[in-house]
Amino acid sequence: MKSLLRRLAILLPTVLGVVTLIFFLIHFIPGDPVELMLGETASRGDLERLRTDLGLDRPVAEQFGNFLLGLVRGDLGESFFYRKPVRQVILEKLPATLELAAAAMLLALVIALPLGIVAAVRKDSLADRGAMLASLVGISMPNFWLGPLLIILFSIKLGWLPVSGREGPASLILPAVTLGTALAALLSRMTRSAMLDVLGEDYLRTARAKGLSERAVIVKHALGNALLPVLTIVGLQFGALLSGAIITENVFAWPGIGTLLIQAINARDYPLVQGCVLVISLGYVAANFLTDLLYSLSDPRVKV
Amino acid sequence: MIGRFLRHPTALPGILILAAVLVMALAAPSLAPYDPMQIDLDGSLRGPSADHPFGQDRLGRDIFSQIVYGARASTLVTLAVVLLTVVVGTALGSAAGYFGGLVDVAVMRSVDILLAFPGILLAIALAGILGPNLVNIILALSVLGWVGYARLVRAQFLSLRERDFVQAARAVGAGPVRIMGLHILPNALSPVIVQATFSAAGIIIAESSLSFLGLGPQDIPTWGGLLSQGANYLVYAPHIAFFPGLFIMLTVLALNLAGDALRDLLDPRTRPDTGGPAKV
Repeated sequence: MKSLLRRLAILLPTVLGVVTLIFFLIHFIPGDPVELMLGETASRGDLERLRTDLGLDRPVAEQFGNFLLGLVRGDLGESFFYRKPVRQVILEKLPATLELAAAAMLLALVIALPLGIVAAVRKDSLADRGAMLASLVGISMPNFWLGPLLIILFSIKLGWLPVSGREGPASLILPAVTLGTALAALLSRMTRSAMLDVLGEDYLRTARAKGLSERAVIVKHALGNALLPVLTIVGLQFGALLSGAIITENVFAWPGIGTLLIQAINARDYPLVQGCVLVISLGYVAANFLTDLLYSLSDPRVKV
Repeated sequence: MIGRFLRHPTALPGILILAAVLVMALAAPSLAPYDPMQIDLDGSLRGPSADHPFGQDRLGRDIFSQIVYGARASTLVTLAVVLLTVVVGTALGSAAGYFGGLVDVAVMRSVDILLAFPGILLAIALAGILGPNLVNIILALSVLGWVGYARLVRAQFLSLRERDFVQAARAVGAGPVRIMGLHILPNALSPVIVQATFSAAGIIIAESSLSFLGLGPQDIPTWGGLLSQGANYLVYAPHIAFFPGLFIMLTVLALNLAGDALRDLLDPRTRPDTGGPAKV
């Protein structure tokens, strides 16, 4: 309970820091944001009207206060491009991003856990070296290259899967593979090293000495202890997946927050940029916080 | 030391690829068969041929020449970001670890807050808002990059500052700057070098990502920019996306291979099989 409170006490300044950073990101733009938004041809009257609408004619401290008050009420301002509240636009796109991230995570786990376990149990075998080389290539493979390669092979040459968009489960496969590959590579390395740490422990020698089969030793005794650090990485990476999805979504025109963010940047729709950045980073902070929490609950030795 | 590094199984392929990329960047004008921006509309979207080994892009520009020149942008951005973040991170981490107290609290609280921020997201937002050019990309990638070094160097300083050789230097009257720079820092640099190699791999990916998303410089050839153009022509001209991506992947792989070797060599506490290369 005490450690939970301490974590919460660190969480608050962190969130405040993130929010402040995002606010000043927009307000320290060199030049006039209103002019950037409306373009050089805008009339003086239009500029002034937008400035007043946005509250940009007020002192910065007052703007920051209003921004914070709005946040507390869940008000993220209005998108210029969509002419709708930013919150509504984001809520419409959020499910697609969460779906993609969850599918990528699931895929990564299904590939990485068996691969890492086999690599550790058969350390230095051909399978181990092959798996580790594959994971190094997977880690080095940028999403924005893997995605087009998969499209060329599976959508254009073979015609098995849709090129882009989000229509039906088939359209989820290529984006999920693209986003999940690097994570699978990372997790298989983590699983392997966590298993290797555990496999050298005395209690495993005891388990073997009392005559348990190798399978029972690994599944019942080793795996449980090895998985804890791996699951921590999984939690931390879920936050990272949310931001990694920005690129994958753009490759596949997946209608999530990542595609929305780049559209908003190109349209100079700053309230929407601010909203997207805020939602993705708060998701990241929340995933990290929950991971720490679960980690300390599941292992009494861990003091967060 | 160098001999031991090169005998490491992953070091040599890594170093060879990196050397090739560096030569491409430095000798681009003599290596590229064409002006990378020279338009030839008759050759638009044409695949690899004897005259154009990697084919031609939408405007008929030679892809091989663009890749050779594109090595310049990637190398420049990576070197600048690594230099900037290592210097800033090491300076702040040293100060926090050596002086402790308020300096330490101020630096580490900033580190905690910045660590809570996904790096690529901030880079995208900054590059998108500041505008597409190399300087802004370097800035956008450096804003968060120093944080890891600060944490690493601080931890090293905490463990080194009470050691005998530091006490001895203090006893003969050396000032804090001299002790930090001449006595502690050289002993704290190994993990920084390893970390810098892995983060260089992340920077290459991040820089290409920004160009891929259209947030990179538009007036010079970049690998990410070329790949982004290629993504629009996957049906008729898949070679446009293929070749720049291959070079990005090979460069990142080379940095990860070199990083693995450096870590095994410089940091005897970590075994070759613990953990993995850092990813942004």
